[in-house]
Amino acid sequence: MNIQVVLKEEENFVKGFISGEIDAFTAPILREKLATVQPKEGLQAELDMSDVSYMDSTGLGVIVAFFKNINADNGHVKLTGLSPRLKRLFDITGLGEIMHIETDDKGGN
Amino acid sequence: MPQEIERQYKEILRQYVMRQTEQNLYAGQNFSRQLIQKNIAPEEVISIHKAALEEMFPELPMNVWHSFDLLIEMMIRYGLAHAEHQSLLEQQEEIKVEMDLAANVQRTLLKTTVPEVAGLEIGLVSVPARKMNGDYIYFLSDDLKNAGVAVADVIGKGIPAALCMSMIKYGMDSLQDATSDPKKVLDIINRIVEKSVDDDMFISMFYGRYNVEQSVFTYASAGHEPALFYDAQKGEFSELHAKGLLLGVVPNVTYAQHEVKMEYGDFIVMMTDGVTECRTDEGFIEQEIIASLIHSLRDESAQTIVDTVYKELEKMQNFELRDDFTLVIFKKTH
Repeated sequence: MNIQVVLKEEENFVKGFISGEIDAFTAPILREKLATVQPKEGLQAELDMSDVSYMDSTGLGVIVAFFKNINADNGHVKLTGLSPRLKRLFDITGLGEIMHIETDDKGGN
Repeated sequence: MPQEIERQYKEILRQYVMRQTEQNLYAGQNFSRQLIQKNIAPEEVISIHKAALEEMFPELPMNVWHSFDLLIEMMIRYGLAHAEHQSLLEQQEEIKVEMDLAANVQRTLLKTTVPEVAGLEIGLVSVPARKMNGDYIYFLSDDLKNAGVAVADVIGKGIPAALCMSMIKYGMDSLQDATSDPKKVLDIINRIVEKSVDDDMFISMFYGRYNVEQSVFTYASAGHEPALFYDAQKGEFSELHAKGLLLGVVPNVTYAQHEVKMEYGDFIVMMTDGVTECRTDEGFIEQEIIASLIHSLRDESAQTIVDTVYKELEKMQNFELRDDFTLVIFKKTH
């Protein structure tokens, strides 16, 4: 069970690539990494989750906290490459309605 | 006492130096257990060895004795590490006792009574993965015409989740009206939770209310797993979806509310993600498997269904729960 998080920051834009499993054990690693993102007015953040094979509710908590932080500075968070299972998680929790989500098109939508 | 130990050790050493048998070696092993029990530090053991050797072979060269002094000095660190290990073990034991107490307090604090209303059977199973439960069940009923149930799952496990739970309990306690609409119940609890939780903590909750006179089940969901509705006439399951955001994310949320008419033999299965996210080494246990399992038990009592499903899923996961597991069934019996 492993996770890898790579962040690329430029001016007003940050892109994160997350791969692996996000669960109770790996979520703290993701939280720490996302906490290094400098809060900026109107920051555009994008998290690529196409290589996330599993995420549980602890992971969801980290994503929501990140979303709240960025939103507080009028920023924007986009999640991309969600697998059907992850998409369902965001749909059921109602988070899909308040967050910008793009599903993985590899499956041909 | 130390003299006694020195004497015993000298004897064991003497025997072994004379004859290197398994038996003499074994005596040494046993003796080391005694030393551990008596809390003799490693450097003391070497001192004892040195003293015994001095008596037995006084003619050994000085270099050998010096080397022992170095070894004793080095072993002092090991002794300290050992003492630290002992104290950690004790602390761990203390924490364990406190956890047991806390789990007991939680059970007492969060106790809820299964309502009894005409024509409705209620089955409930809720098992924590660890000591403290992050799932919560609260029944709100007038024991006459309305039976309501809140099924909540606090994100996260263990102690923080358990503490969070009492917030829902007191929120629900303040309602005290079994006729309250599910969407209103969720709205009230959301306002309470939103004010009081951290950014990365939230709760999913399903609230359903069965009305005896109309045989109608009314429900709303705050980001919770959809409940399953079993239609006895058609012999089919359908998911009871209701739009609504998790509790504690934003203060103002409008929760959708729906209802379903229940006929004889119909039942509703409410659960937490400990049920739907059951994982084995090969992967997830698919929803269809759970549904077909419940289907095969459809004629049993509500309590038998939940108990059997729990046992079966526990078996499939090799008796190792990864998440708190909660299952509630409302079954219309006449």
